[in-house]
Amino acid sequence: MSDITADGPVLAADGTPLKRSLARAMRRQKLRALMLVAPLLIFVLLTFIFPIVNMLSRSVQNDIVVNTLPETVRALGSWDASSGQLPDEAVYAAFTRDMAVAIEAKKHTRLGGRLNYEKTGFSSMFRQSGRKMKKLDPVADAPFKDKLIDIHKGWGDVETWKVLQTHSGIFTSGYFLNAIDAQKTPDGVAWQPEEKQILLKLFGRTLIMSLIITGSCIMLGYPVAWLLANSTARTANLLLILVLLPFWTSLLVRTSAWKVMLQQNGVINEVLVWIGLVPDADRLILINNQFGTIVAMTHILLPFMILPMYSVMQTIPPSYLRAAKSLGATNWTAFWRVYFPQSVPGIGAGSILVFILSIGYYITPEIVGGTKGVFISNRIAYHISSSLNWGLAAALGTILLVVVLLLYWAYDKIVGIDNVKLG
Amino acid sequence: MKLSNLLAASTALTLVAGLAAAEDMTIVSWGGAYSASQKGAYHDPYSANTGVNIINDDSSAEAVAKLRAMNEAGNVTWDVVDVVAADAIRLCDEGLALEIDADTMLADAPDGTKASEDFGDLLVSDCFIPQIVYSTTFGYRTDLVGDTAPTSVCAVFDTDAYPGKRSLEKRPINNMEWALLCDGVAKDAVYDVLATEEGQNQALAKLDTIKDDVIWWSAGADTPQLLADGEVIMGSTYNGRLFAAIEEQKQPIGMLWDAQVFDLDGWIIPAGLSPERQARALDYIMFATDTQRLADQAQYISYGPARKSSAPLVGKHKTLGIDMAPHMPTDPNNAKNTFLYNYEFWADYRDDIDAKFQAWLAK
Repeated sequence: MSDITADGPVLAADGTPLKRSLARAMRRQKLRALMLVAPLLIFVLLTFIFPIVNMLSRSVQNDIVVNTLPETVRALGSWDASSGQLPDEAVYAAFTRDMAVAIEAKKHTRLGGRLNYEKTGFSSMFRQSGRKMKKLDPVADAPFKDKLIDIHKGWGDVETWKVLQTHSGIFTSGYFLNAIDAQKTPDGVAWQPEEKQILLKLFGRTLIMSLIITGSCIMLGYPVAWLLANSTARTANLLLILVLLPFWTSLLVRTSAWKVMLQQNGVINEVLVWIGLVPDADRLILINNQFGTIVAMTHILLPFMILPMYSVMQTIPPSYLRAAKSLGATNWTAFWRVYFPQSVPGIGAGSILVFILSIGYYITPEIVGGTKGVFISNRIAYHISSSLNWGLAAALGTILLVVVLLLYWAYDKIVGIDNVKLG
Repeated sequence: MKLSNLLAASTALTLVAGLAAAEDMTIVSWGGAYSASQKGAYHDPYSANTGVNIINDDSSAEAVAKLRAMNEAGNVTWDVVDVVAADAIRLCDEGLALEIDADTMLADAPDGTKASEDFGDLLVSDCFIPQIVYSTTFGYRTDLVGDTAPTSVCAVFDTDAYPGKRSLEKRPINNMEWALLCDGVAKDAVYDVLATEEGQNQALAKLDTIKDDVIWWSAGADTPQLLADGEVIMGSTYNGRLFAAIEEQKQPIGMLWDAQVFDLDGWIIPAGLSPERQARALDYIMFATDTQRLADQAQYISYGPARKSSAPLVGKHKTLGIDMAPHMPTDPNNAKNTFLYNYEFWADYRDDIDAKFQAWLAK
């Protein structure tokens, strides 16, 4: 239909063109809708987006070096690191002046901690030097070069100044390189020594084990969801309570219960030994390894798989199956060709939920994972709360986020995100 | 007036109105039996004397990270924090803890000895007020180790004489030292060796010989539980945990004090408190770390008081009625061969060696 008639544009009751009046009404409606979601939007922005962006931005921030040692960084700019010579007196004098200010503000030890991530030994070098340099007067006591080398022999090492020069930028790629087992050295980017490479391995393990956990959730959850959707209301309710019961129990309690079940003197091993399936001397190792993590996490995440599957299966009319069978399909064909395709959106929704939850898990792997069943999140937790290397933790977190988004995008390309339903 | 000030002021007003001027003070500690011992020895008498209401927060395990976050947000809600010495050093390094002058801010010993002398070497950081000496040591199942109970820490590495699982902490600290010690390195040379690449590899190679027999723990309660369940025949943990398992729960566990590693636990006061809160925190610290109070804590838990002058005052356990002195890690019978945690070394090498250790674990 066209909005132009022979007499000009169609007019609304008040004489304005209908198109414009319609647009105004729509705009007002949109604005009202926006106002309705505004509280949630602002809440999410303030409590979720902003802190996360703030945290992730630490993965590249490096202004601590130039803020603490401004003059030194400037003086080092003209120093040729490849010459193999120590910097000249001007650098040492600038460093002494910077340190005097930093010691006063108690910032030098913090910088030592930051640089210790790049080269072991900086932490104590700054702390010890700080104590002795307090007594130096940044004007009267010149020259400083020999005095500083006397205070700590590290200041007489070309390597020390190279590290300072390399890491003096406001932004750094160092944390991201560390996150993939590489490092930023004065001579460019290099891999970490092999005996320190662990993070890429943990990323890979996290992804593979999460896939296995998602897979076993599908295998275990599908029949249960089917049973839920196809029983009488009474039985379905009872079953649903059984599915939800563990959901209402504390995560730590459930994980610890698995410990009691799986350990070598635990319930499962005792029973197996008692019925004679397993010799007493050779009990099964079911925990503190990948198997333990997979079992415990599958159990913990199972409701997240069953519930979306159940709500999708509920919408599939049972008459379709009957129709297929009456047309001559076997039980299997009827299920595989008619029922299963309709339940795929539920599997998709459940899988995304379980997979995304499991790659971020750390409490359960920490308790039952031993050494080979821990995830990348365990390292992130270590760097947040123990080593205080928040830059590296942020870099690891950013990479994890990007990997999830990539997988989500791949899922959308292969299965289609429209094909996901929560009910 | 800034909005935050306004909010703080109005909150304070409501609190004052609601609590009829009762002062609150938040003290952060480790929870469990340890917090209970502090409550009995310090908090309750202090509250009775001053009327200050003490709120316990069991967040010490994450204290460093949380204090850093609070400091960045400009809102420190803790008044006194219980941390291990290594964490105190880092908090001091980061400028997150108040520097303490022991002689003016802490109580003298009853005989007039200055606090700095009474605590002596245990004042390992300018911000740290030591409270207890604890040790990480081994316990073993007396019924599972056979006829000859282990007497040396190297029994941990001897799977022929003592077959079975052992539990060790999932971190390099202590384990690397024990490994080198049992690989023939002299005690004085351990940290020099550990500072080198070869030394680190040597320690890991020694640990490699028992890797398949180790269950790695991350919470202090793990080893006592594993021992009680018979999952391991020996394992490392804090001596107070073993004391509780042996004396309070009557488990068949023996103590292997050999090469126990001493560590310190104590207080810090966060930097950036308001003058009133800081004054109150200092007042509490002055009270809680005096000679008698430190000795009192030993009635509840088997950790040694950090003051020399407190040692003679250690008495009997409050409920069990047994003498506490023989259960202290510092008792001469237990302290024949000891190790002191090397704070400077681990502040430098922690990240480096930890990366190697974790990579080795994952291999």
